[in-house]
Amino acid sequence: MNFTFRRKRISGLLTVVPANERSFVEEMKNFNFPEARSLKLKEVMGYDKRRLVEPGVCVSDLAVFGLQHLFDLSLLNRDEIDALFLVTQSPDHFMPPTSNIIQGRLGLKQDVFCLDISQGCAGFVIGLIQAFLLLEQDNIRKVVLINADVLSRKASPKDRNIYPLIGDGASITVLERDTEDSVIHANLKMDGSRAEALIIPAGGLRIPSTSETARLEEVGDNNLRAKDHLFMDGAAIFNFVQVEVPPLIESLLARAGISMDSVDYFFCHQPNRFMLEKLADKMKIPHDKMPNNVVEYFGNNSGATIPTAITFNLRERLLREKLRVCLAGFGAGLTWSAMLISLGNVDFNTIIEYK
Amino acid sequence: MKSPVEILKEIRPEFDFTASSDFIEDGMLDSFDMVTFVSTLDKTYGISIQGVDIVPENFKNLQTIEALLRKSGVQL
Repeated sequence: MNFTFRRKRISGLLTVVPANERSFVEEMKNFNFPEARSLKLKEVMGYDKRRLVEPGVCVSDLAVFGLQHLFDLSLLNRDEIDALFLVTQSPDHFMPPTSNIIQGRLGLKQDVFCLDISQGCAGFVIGLIQAFLLLEQDNIRKVVLINADVLSRKASPKDRNIYPLIGDGASITVLERDTEDSVIHANLKMDGSRAEALIIPAGGLRIPSTSETARLEEVGDNNLRAKDHLFMDGAAIFNFVQVEVPPLIESLLARAGISMDSVDYFFCHQPNRFMLEKLADKMKIPHDKMPNNVVEYFGNNSGATIPTAITFNLRERLLREKLRVCLAGFGAGLTWSAMLISLGNVDFNTIIEYK
Repeated sequence: MKSPVEILKEIRPEFDFTASSDFIEDGMLDSFDMVTFVSTLDKTYGISIQGVDIVPENFKNLQTIEALLRKSGVQL
């Protein structure tokens, strides 16, 4: 599905990461796995440091902390927020929407459109599409998009396939109309027939949580996981990304009439270094144009990885410069999405720690 | 230059890779071993094995691995 937007822009990005930093080397002993093999994996996949929330911290805590920071520094006026979209796979509750909870805790006006969007690693582009669609309305002037997840709370510490790569975090992106005649292209695809490749099997109403679903089971390769935990079929997801994402990006650029060479950066979702290097090689993109260091410094924080990569790698540069960037997310659903956008001259682009 | 079997031996020294016709079925290589193996092959032979080719069928035995290397531009 293709989208085109005109006269819209991202005016600011803030990433919120927990202050609590974990080290892969220190955690290796949790896995039933020889140390030498873990160290090789560290080198290839880029596992090193990651940021995890303390027990009890929820998505709304990270979001409220980040938004309050922007209010305190007068980078965002709370009364100007016409819509607040939260993209998450780890909401505070089934009901009510976590976006409403955030609105209530911050005392935002009642004349605001709060919406939870259940998407994960493809969720940054999905959220941007939703926000830009809403900005077509005359009375909507500023949309706040929050991508946040605390999926470490749903990952088994004894599962080497998942735990070493998971990070927690939130990104806050402010979107508004552009006075310049900018054009944004986006596309997305979905395939629910492969939904079980990335799933938390229990805890919803299909399989409610019980003492049985909380019990750790041997699931192969010396990993232990419960049905309440996040499961990823790593081989299937790797293949999905390598097969589906390059044609998605190529068709996006072809529709926009833009060559690969004229894109300054490709910011993709950040599952691990190896997967991104293979993706770059497939599309003949130099590795330095496709940053892959989020998993190394912060862990994979789901839908927040793309804005985390932007804030971490471009920082002050985006305050004074405009770059043509291609964004690409892929994950739960299965969902894959891409966007070509001119990014820059923003009001803020930074990372803060949640304490 | 190290041969594929020498690289496999470094990754999983406890197995004899010349004595098996299906490394996956015999539990000698898991998905993360494959990632480590591909990364080492890439560096050793100066290639980039395509992501779509990183599937268990191509890592079943030494013959399928050699076929993959030839497909990736290595002259054996």
